[in-house]
Amino acid sequence: MITAERKPLEELIDYIRPFRRLLLVGCNECVTVCAAGGRKEVGLLASGLQMALLKAGASIEVREHTLERQCDPEYVEELVPMIDGVDAVMSMACGCGVQEVARRFKDKPVFPALNTKFMGASERQGVWAERCQGCGDCLLGKTGGICPIARCAKQLMNGPCGGSTGGHCEIGDDVDCAWALIWERLKALGLQENYVEITPAKDWRSGGGGGPRKIIREDLAE
Amino acid sequence: MDNFEPVIVAFCCHYCAYTAADMAGSQRLSYPPNVKVVRVPCSGKVDAMHIVKAFEKGADGVYVAGCLEGDCHFKNGNSKAARMVAYVSKYMEEIGIEPERLAMVTMSAGMGYRFAQVATEMTEKIRRMGPSPIHAAIATGKAA
Repeated sequence: MITAERKPLEELIDYIRPFRRLLLVGCNECVTVCAAGGRKEVGLLASGLQMALLKAGASIEVREHTLERQCDPEYVEELVPMIDGVDAVMSMACGCGVQEVARRFKDKPVFPALNTKFMGASERQGVWAERCQGCGDCLLGKTGGICPIARCAKQLMNGPCGGSTGGHCEIGDDVDCAWALIWERLKALGLQENYVEITPAKDWRSGGGGGPRKIIREDLAE
Repeated sequence: MDNFEPVIVAFCCHYCAYTAADMAGSQRLSYPPNVKVVRVPCSGKVDAMHIVKAFEKGADGVYVAGCLEGDCHFKNGNSKAARMVAYVSKYMEEIGIEPERLAMVTMSAGMGYRFAQVATEMTEKIRRMGPSPIHAAIATGKAA
C-alpha cells in the first residue's frame, strides 16, 4: 500500500487560516489501512482543526467526506454537490488523491493534510515498512523475494557493502541488511548461484529517470 | 469563570471501574458529581475520537478507567487503551490543550475506594487548572 503520515497540525492550520468553510476529504484505500487518512482520521483532524482555531479566537466550519478512492475521477465526482459550499479543500489522501482533487476543482485551493511516505507493508500492528520503490523492472525473482532497491540504503545490486555487520545495515542496528537477508533466503532455497551472477547497472528510465511514467492498456483506454 | 465546576468525562470499563463505582455507592463513599461516567464494554473500546469529541464539546478533563495490568477481561484492552491515551495526549498538545487533562487509570471491580479517590483527585486537579481552553472559548463565544 501507499503509506502516509499526517502533517503537523501547525502546518495545516497555516494553510487554512484564511478560510471559513473547509471540506476535509478522506480516502478509503491505502491511507485508511495505514491509519493516516481514513474516515476516522478525518473526524479526528476535523475536531483538532476546529479546536485549535477556536482556541486562537478564530473559527472554521469543517465538512467531512471520505471517498471510496481519491485517485479515480469517478469517485472524486462525488464532491461536486459539496464543493460550492466551501472555500477550500484539504485532502487526507496520498499525493495522487490530492492532485486528482486539485485537477477536478481548478478554482478551489486544495491542500495536503498528509506527507506521503512510501510503498510498504505492515510488519506488525501499527508498523509499516518500505518494501518497493516502483523501479519498473522488478528484480525480486532473482533476489529471493527481497528487494535491494527498496531495502538497501545504497541500492546495491551485487551483494552487501562493507558496512553490513551481523546482518544489520550500517545506518542503524534496527535496519536489516537487505543483502544479508537475500543471501539467507537464497541459501534456504538452494539458489546460491543467483548470488554469484553479476547484475549489470540498472536502467533507471523505467524507475522515473525517464520522466513521469504512464501505463496505457490499449484494450481498456478510451 | 467564577465558581468554576469542571466537567469531567470518565470512560469506565464495565468489568472493573464501572463496577468499582457501584462498589463505591454500596460503601456509601461520596465522590464529586463533576464526573460523568460513560460505561464501555472494555477500556480498549474507547477510541481517540471519543476523547477528542469530549474535549471539543467542552469537557475540562477526561479519563479512561480500565482493569489492573494483566487483568483485562478481554486479555489486553487496557494496555491498548493506555497506548491510545498516550497517543491522544500528544495530539492534545498539538491542538493546545494541556495533556494533563487526560489520564489513564486502572482499578479492580472491588476498589470502590480507589474509584472515589481517582474521581476526587481528578476533579481537584482540573479545578486547580481551570477550564479547558476549548471550554473557555465556547463560553466566550456564547457570552459574545
